[in-house]
Amino acid sequence: MPSAAYLAAVLAIACGITFALRAVPFAVLRTLRTSAIVRRLALWMPVGILGILAVTSLRGAIAAEPHTTLYALLAVAVTAGVHLLSGRRTILSVGIGTTVYVLLVNLL
Amino acid sequence: MQTDISPQIAAPAPSPAPVTRRQQIAAGVRDSFSAGLGIFPLGIALGLLVLQAGLPAWFAPALSVAAFAGSMELLLVGMVAAATPLAAVALTVLVVNFRHVFYAFSFPLHLVRGRLAKTYSVYAMIDEAYAVSASLPESQRSAPRLLAMQIASQAYWVGGGLVGVAVGSALPAPVKGLEFSLCALFTVLTLDAFRSREDIPSVVLAGASVTLALVLTPPIALFTALLLFVALLLARHALIARRAAAGRGSTGRHAAPRTASHVATTETASRATTETASRAMTETASRAATETVDA
Repeated sequence: MPSAAYLAAVLAIACGITFALRAVPFAVLRTLRTSAIVRRLALWMPVGILGILAVTSLRGAIAAEPHTTLYALLAVAVTAGVHLLSGRRTILSVGIGTTVYVLLVNLL
Repeated sequence: MQTDISPQIAAPAPSPAPVTRRQQIAAGVRDSFSAGLGIFPLGIALGLLVLQAGLPAWFAPALSVAAFAGSMELLLVGMVAAATPLAAVALTVLVVNFRHVFYAFSFPLHLVRGRLAKTYSVYAMIDEAYAVSASLPESQRSAPRLLAMQIASQAYWVGGGLVGVAVGSALPAPVKGLEFSLCALFTVLTLDAFRSREDIPSVVLAGASVTLALVLTPPIALFTALLLFVALLLARHALIARRAAAGRGSTGRHAAPRTASHVATTETASRATTETASRAMTETASRAATETVDA
């Protein structure tokens, strides 16, 4: 088992770097709030970043169960369909999509 | 900008903007449920992994408090068990969590008042917190809602880790496939973000970035995709700025004033104002339209 000092050092590194990555940009951007480029990026980024997170997490789910690619794609379609057709209730859409995937993976 | 009104009209309206502090907190906790569906099982997985790696049980909660960042923690457990040098640990944390650098652009930290609350909100700015708040219309956001969502999410994560180490291997085989809920959540939030701002170029650029990243650097696809995406957005900004400059030149030759202010002020200034104003108006109008549908 690794020494307590090593574990503590790992915790300090994870804490310091993660917090700095999250905090420093706020401090930098505060001085650039009026810049046109920063305001444009603030508007343009969310939809793209969320899309990228959706795709990479889909790949993560597929990598965990490689034979389930088709099920995962089907479950994504179900999630999006439920969301668009039944009033954009996030919990409902995520719940149904996940249930479909879990059932497909475990029962088929 | 068109808003996709048709599918929603018949559908039940999503919740109106919460007014009282209590309602805002309740809305925040509700926001956290769909994220929790993925976070809690992942927390259990972290606890199990810590035990399997032969690490002390306290390391699971300690890790999820020291750094609230799910995917990185799962990765760290394996590295720590293999006694990876600290420099390599630091580099991994840097690369895996680098994406958070970009969240500051759109994360509504300005809503949160007070040093302690601000610090916590930044510390707990996980993907899910960014995703939920960035896809929410401006009128729906508030500090209590955001903080309640973040605190609840961390409770699921730390709680899951504790359950994992407590139950250990006594746990029956965990349900397979629950990790898909994270993907479902991001899919849904992408759709919502697209509705509040129908920005097709951003979607196309993000699609190109993630495709390239998955092909070129599969192990760090998220890292590469975000860097590419931001680079492409900077190029898009440069293109728009150049086009605006070119447009300014041509209106100079034609000298055809479109508005009264065009005549009154110097050309550069008025051009800029008109553009900003019309852009702001389109945005306000489309947002208003979207929110009318919501109400």
